[in-house]
Amino acid sequence: MEFKDYYKIMEVARDATQDEIKRSYRKLARKYHPDVSKEADAEARFKELGEAYEVLKDAEKRVAYDQLGASHKGGQEFRPPPDWNTGFEFSGGSPSGGDGAGYSDFFSSLFGQNFQGGGAGRASPHAKGEDHHAKVLIDLEDTFQGATRAITLRVPAVDAHGHVVTKDRILNVAIPKGIRAGQHIRLSGQGSPGAGEGKAGDLYLEIEFRPHPLYRVDGRDLYLDLPVSPWEAALGATVKVPTLGGIVELKIPEGSVSGRKMRLKGRGITGNPPGDCYVILSIALPPADTEAAKDLYRKMEQELDFNPRIKLGVPK
Amino acid sequence: MNTENSSPQFSICILEEQTQLTLADLCGACAVHDQQIIELVDAGVLEPQGREPACWIFAGASLHRARKALRLQRDLDIGLAGAALALDLMDEIESLRTRLRAVGGEY
Repeated sequence: MEFKDYYKIMEVARDATQDEIKRSYRKLARKYHPDVSKEADAEARFKELGEAYEVLKDAEKRVAYDQLGASHKGGQEFRPPPDWNTGFEFSGGSPSGGDGAGYSDFFSSLFGQNFQGGGAGRASPHAKGEDHHAKVLIDLEDTFQGATRAITLRVPAVDAHGHVVTKDRILNVAIPKGIRAGQHIRLSGQGSPGAGEGKAGDLYLEIEFRPHPLYRVDGRDLYLDLPVSPWEAALGATVKVPTLGGIVELKIPEGSVSGRKMRLKGRGITGNPPGDCYVILSIALPPADTEAAKDLYRKMEQELDFNPRIKLGVPK
Repeated sequence: MNTENSSPQFSICILEEQTQLTLADLCGACAVHDQQIIELVDAGVLEPQGREPACWIFAGASLHRARKALRLQRDLDIGLAGAALALDLMDEIESLRTRLRAVGGEY
């Protein structure tokens, strides 16, 4: 088991006052709250922080922890000394903290199991089972065509010998057509089993899209950068555009400039109404890698009276 | 590690589009008493249809909004009005981020 340096986690000195600890906790809690923070490890950090605060805010636990602390460093292998805990009596109080999230083994070995869990005991003998929440990553194509995805969930279970083990549970989930990022799929009865005759809880899966090589997503709408040649933009042309539903033809009006936004109505994510696909033109220059190509550029230079910087007020 | 495979024989729906919730549904899913949900409605965090709590109908999207508001209040020790403000600002940031990504910016 690893020794946890609660002072380091709390970003305070070992002799910090209770007020300093409280201030630091509040600041860090706002920073790492999983609903607020975008950092990948926010949930783990927030949990760790809650655990550290549980110990340091409580004068009894803090004194007990300090006794150990002097000879240990964060991350070191740790085993509680045999005389640990003598002379201390911890007066209850359930930990504040995330969704019944358990504290670390380190915490449990020092302060016991009875601090865990927040004490949300089941009131009724036939209570509904707990709901479960998870995130799933799908491809943009999955929402367009609909797809069945095997989703692996890790669930704790008790084995034949009474040990708690992690079990992989695989669910084949039909991704509904037209689902968008941030929406949730509800799977009725796929949460924890209920008590007695209580109904099982539900499973909620939050949808997130994997970044797509071509399209960017805003709600139901898609954005695509479309390279066009200078003559297609200047003279107008009909060009082929890839969409989720296949290739479509788009008419580029003559005199188009880079950045021009055009809309392919109804070519976004399926729905009622369906989203649109916005095409943003970007003019691609042919490379001047042959004598013939260079000659063409030279000819344009000679024959076109063109100053691309005219709006900047500088002469050619 | 054990593996258990089950086929799709359960009902699936998009919470935000195909689901409506009663006050009791919402209380159950958030594991709180009526009063806490009623307070969220009074603060304008949730906007059910119907006049009285007994006939309130909530849109499916209310579920995660309510859970988030309750978590913010509990974990960050902030009041209802503060949590409501944080939620509105978070929604705005999220839509700005999405916009920024759509036009090709980082985030």
